[in-house]
Amino acid sequence: MITHPKTEELAKAVAGWVDEVRPSLDPRNAFLARVAVNVLGVIQRELTQGPAAEARAVEGMAGVLGHPGDFAELNAELCARIRAGEFTVETPGLLAVLTTMARDQVAIDQPNYRPEGTPAPGA
Amino acid sequence: MAIDVREQLPKLARRLAGQGASLAAAQRLSGGASMEMWSFTIEGPGGREDLILRHRAIPFDPETARSAPLATEAAMIVACGEHGALVPPVRHVCDDEDGLGEAYVMVAVPGETLGRKIVSDPRFDAVRGRLARQCGAALVPIHATPPPAGLNLKRIDAQGELDRYWDSYVASGAQRPILELAFQYLRERIPSPVELAVVHGDFRNGNIMFHPDTGVAAVLDWELVHIGDPAEDMGWICTNSWRFGRPDRPVGGFGDYADLLAGYEAAGGKPIELSRVRFWHTLGSLRWGVMCLGMYLSWSSGLTNSVERPMIGRRVSETEADLVVLLEQGL
Repeated sequence: MITHPKTEELAKAVAGWVDEVRPSLDPRNAFLARVAVNVLGVIQRELTQGPAAEARAVEGMAGVLGHPGDFAELNAELCARIRAGEFTVETPGLLAVLTTMARDQVAIDQPNYRPEGTPAPGA
Repeated sequence: MAIDVREQLPKLARRLAGQGASLAAAQRLSGGASMEMWSFTIEGPGGREDLILRHRAIPFDPETARSAPLATEAAMIVACGEHGALVPPVRHVCDDEDGLGEAYVMVAVPGETLGRKIVSDPRFDAVRGRLARQCGAALVPIHATPPPAGLNLKRIDAQGELDRYWDSYVASGAQRPILELAFQYLRERIPSPVELAVVHGDFRNGNIMFHPDTGVAAVLDWELVHIGDPAEDMGWICTNSWRFGRPDRPVGGFGDYADLLAGYEAAGGKPIELSRVRFWHTLGSLRWGVMCLGMYLSWSSGLTNSVERPMIGRRVSETEADLVVLLEQGL
């Protein structure tokens, strides 16, 4: 991959520019510009954190399913086994793997999101 | 064909307040992906009026859509208001003469709807502790309103709700193991049948006008009104996506389950078990996850082109992060 600049740096540069022009926009477009900045944030985080998150998901799913595979295959099989009723909330290790996957994904999509079970700020 | 709301508003002002009336201000409010909301002020012989226009921006199919037609929504606001619910007064339901398509006009109710402010703005510090109880009480007259004849409100119980979201999930083609597991879990724990009632359908922090001095001022955004399980409205306001960074306060990010339930009972509502609320609360996260997938699909299919839609698609993961905890905790 080219490093001068990296793809995530390009996204960061565009986000900086949108932020700069945002105050000059009408309320509706200012709102959409804020959404656009958030989109660019997701792109940056997926580029930097995505590969490690995917590797963890692959390892976890392979552990629960008992065989290796790539992300798409393992994910599809996991869905099929749940749909067939073979896997449930009682399946050993399943919720732990799904929790890691969800936490990693939300860290990319919305790093400030505080999921269920998070204690009060400062608590 | 897209309707230019701003262009039509001066005519609406004259229709509402007489030939001498004029449009003093108009601003499109942000948020609301399928519905356009406009705040506008008219000046007429009778004085100034601050009003809100609600207008459907994207055509919908009344057979398959979750939402009710806007005229039905307006009729339900009036019916529930007559039954004692806190609602924004409906000023006018638009017809062909207005050139605004599907739309109606409400009187602006003073207060705040932004969920994050209700949860964390110091202006609400004094009243915040009373809000969960007030929300419970606010639901009672809605649930007690007899559905007006001829409106054809949709009837959806827990099983029906799970079925239709399952259909949307499957149709989306997405493969999300956490959503699959949540569907499986909830299907096995459907609460016992209950007498169905009018439910608001979108009762959450963000759709309620709160006043910093007095609390609940009006329940807004009635497009998902239907006949359903009264616990649905309680579960939805407990869904973490509407707690704005305060998951430690299960009701809207401002209160506790016990206050919501006690407020409902004290106002004459038929007591509801917490586990039933927790069922709908969990279904709430699942439902929002599937709705987020739908928002993405409305963009990827070319139906809409706003940057907001695909970004909402990335909110599925928040519901997954909530669902794994709820599945671990149990109902």
